[in-house]
Amino acid sequence: MNEQHHIVSYRILVGIWLALLALTALTVGITRLELGGYKVLAALTIACVKAWLVISIFMHMKYEGRLLRWLLFLTLVTLAIFIGLTFFDVLYR
Amino acid sequence: MSHAAHKDYAGAKLGMWLFLFTELLLFGGLFLLYAVYFKRYPHEFAAGGKQLDWAMGTANTAILLTSSLCAAIAVTAVQRCELRRAVWLIGGTIFCAAGFMVIKYVEWSTKIGHGIYPGSAHLKEGPLGESIFFSLYFMTTGIHGLHVLIGGALLAIIALKVRSGEVTGENYVLLENGALYWHLVDLIWIFIFPLYYLIL
Repeated sequence: MNEQHHIVSYRILVGIWLALLALTALTVGITRLELGGYKVLAALTIACVKAWLVISIFMHMKYEGRLLRWLLFLTLVTLAIFIGLTFFDVLYR
Repeated sequence: MSHAAHKDYAGAKLGMWLFLFTELLLFGGLFLLYAVYFKRYPHEFAAGGKQLDWAMGTANTAILLTSSLCAAIAVTAVQRCELRRAVWLIGGTIFCAAGFMVIKYVEWSTKIGHGIYPGSAHLKEGPLGESIFFSLYFMTTGIHGLHVLIGGALLAIIALKVRSGEVTGENYVLLENGALYWHLVDLIWIFIFPLYYLIL
């Protein structure tokens, strides 16, 4: 094999898993409080942090080259555009 | 003449990621539907969401996170040529997948037992927004559950290939791609869980 492969250590993987469990507990805790609209914002922010941990470490994106990172970025921009444009219609109809 | 199988590590992984991006857009569409209808029927969505059991949702989140950990460690194990350990870890992922599906089964059958399923008489009598909420719930968790089943089957096949020596410390892209698919299943659940079980 000519490519260099980054091997993620067991210790890092277990650390990320613990962080994900802690964030899950935090979301459950926060959404049990009466925070109104902030509840949605807090829960989704935490979900995005969790997703970022899974993609960058579990899915090795942190160690990938430019091509895959740009493609991920392109996908997220596409998602943002179609969600954004839909809401532009829904909110101001 | 050489009969060595053609191998393209980077190409195989790029192909997998391209597929995963289409999956993100598929579930993105379902989340978009959720967002639009949540905007239109906030009270009905809240009434629907309160009927879901957040404790079961939390249990399933912990189970899926653990299954992802096992899959990620399995990849590291294969890279370090610890093949027996990798097989056991993939087994752990599949075990968690089974646990997830059991809880999902209990949730769905309880709901269906109460007359809550798409097109049911009970939902038709109630407000439209609640009916839409449960249709989206069954659609989203249903497609997600299908992914869990497919991912579990895929990983079982890959575990057999690790045992038979087809997947090794030198040639593990199949396991890596299988694990990527599994992480996607986990990733989608990370968003389903707060949207359906927590924020309503």
